[in-house]
Amino acid sequence: MMRYRKGDDLRIASLIHRFSGVVLAVFLPVHFYVLGLALSDAAQLDGFLKWTDLAIVKIAEAGLVLLLALHMFGGLRLLAIEFLPWSPRQKTFAAAAIAISFFVSASFFLSAV
Amino acid sequence: MENINRKLKVRVWRGTQGDGTFSTYEVPAQESQTILDVVTWIQQYAEPTLAYRFACRVGMCGSCAMNVNGIPRWTCRTHVQKVLEDGELEIAPLRNLPVVKDLVTDMSEFFDKWVGAEGRFHPSATRDDEIAAISPADPKRANANAAIECINCAVCYSACDTIAQNPAYFGPAALNRAWTLQNDERDTAFKSRLETISGRGGCTNCHSHQSCMTYCPNELNPTESIAGLKRMTTRSFLFGGR
Amino acid sequence: MIGARLYLLQRLSALVMAPLVLGHLATMIYAVQNGLSAVEILSRTQGSILWGLFYGLFVIAVSIHAAIGLRIVLFEWGVLPVRRLDLFTWGAGLLLFFLGARAIVAVVM
Repeated sequence: MMRYRKGDDLRIASLIHRFSGVVLAVFLPVHFYVLGLALSDAAQLDGFLKWTDLAIVKIAEAGLVLLLALHMFGGLRLLAIEFLPWSPRQKTFAAAAIAISFFVSASFFLSAV
Repeated sequence: MENINRKLKVRVWRGTQGDGTFSTYEVPAQESQTILDVVTWIQQYAEPTLAYRFACRVGMCGSCAMNVNGIPRWTCRTHVQKVLEDGELEIAPLRNLPVVKDLVTDMSEFFDKWVGAEGRFHPSATRDDEIAAISPADPKRANANAAIECINCAVCYSACDTIAQNPAYFGPAALNRAWTLQNDERDTAFKSRLETISGRGGCTNCHSHQSCMTYCPNELNPTESIAGLKRMTTRSFLFGGR
Repeated sequence: MIGARLYLLQRLSALVMAPLVLGHLATMIYAVQNGLSAVEILSRTQGSILWGLFYGLFVIAVSIHAAIGLRIVLFEWGVLPVRRLDLFTWGAGLLLFFLGARAIVAVVM
């Protein structure tokens, strides 16, 4: 097999954007469905929400928060490429987006536990 | 020379699309040796049937691009010393294009897309008219100048991950060319070209991975050109006209 | 496999969502402090026109954005052929919109 370059920084950034977007899109219907439980009975929603006390669920939530932040901050970077004058500091922006996202996710997790 | 007896271990793709394998050759190392020198040595002394393509040998014609250790490069201007990995080289044909034989790709689709993206100049004057006076300081001219030195080597086309997944996409070179023409005062096809480059296969397919910019041997920035086309598309869609 | 229209919808919905996501992240970090409960969520949202508008706009934007995003990804991964793309985009968008609207009705009204 011929090999092709792997692991360019900005390519990784784009894979993160794609992966986070797909996971969020799959998660959204579930999220909406659970909130919709309150339509018939708030107790039903509570029944579900008690799962969120579990540590593993909190970690999963922090993961989703991380993906949401990664997708948004990474997306802002892409919008800046497309609608603002070119900047040569693309890798810095990508790294900053990832760093901010981890900060946001960690804040959520610390606030949750 | 100290490394006169040193040998390079070179793996070269032999065969056609999907039906081939790497053959290994030992090539004498030399000072200031280019990848093209290595390929030529193999053909001259080891493998007379090896097919590869080159013409100018000085980085002007864009014929000799190949994948070297997994990265698309203009081989005539790439020094072995700069890309050697553990004394080894892997030389393969460009990605995203069908392989004719060995290191030669069929570049038809690359040039077809160049034309498809309306990469042709549509003059507003004839040879009998005065030469158009355009200030080099004009912002549009500056845009065109920044992107104009493309040699059609298809390195960006090979590096582009979007084409790999979306074969209808015109790719960086064709769109970069369209961008220079959209900024050319003398060109008359602005509107029809804008329609083409904002349609299927056009600039809106680009994901800004910037591999084209990373690997362009002439240090052009097709991602920036394509971003310019995206803004043109946006402006025209929202406000119409120019 | 998108043209100018879907491209712009995708970018416009992203622009709209950027501040909404920030608000959502801040709300989550604030709201999760004492654990999640239906009473706590509903007391914040029920009857609030502001939250209704906030999440209403969010649901519209995210339905558009996710439907177009999935369209591109599934096409590029070779999951969906070109002729299925429009149907898929509409289906995904409407499904998300319907579920999202239902969720808003449930927690706001």
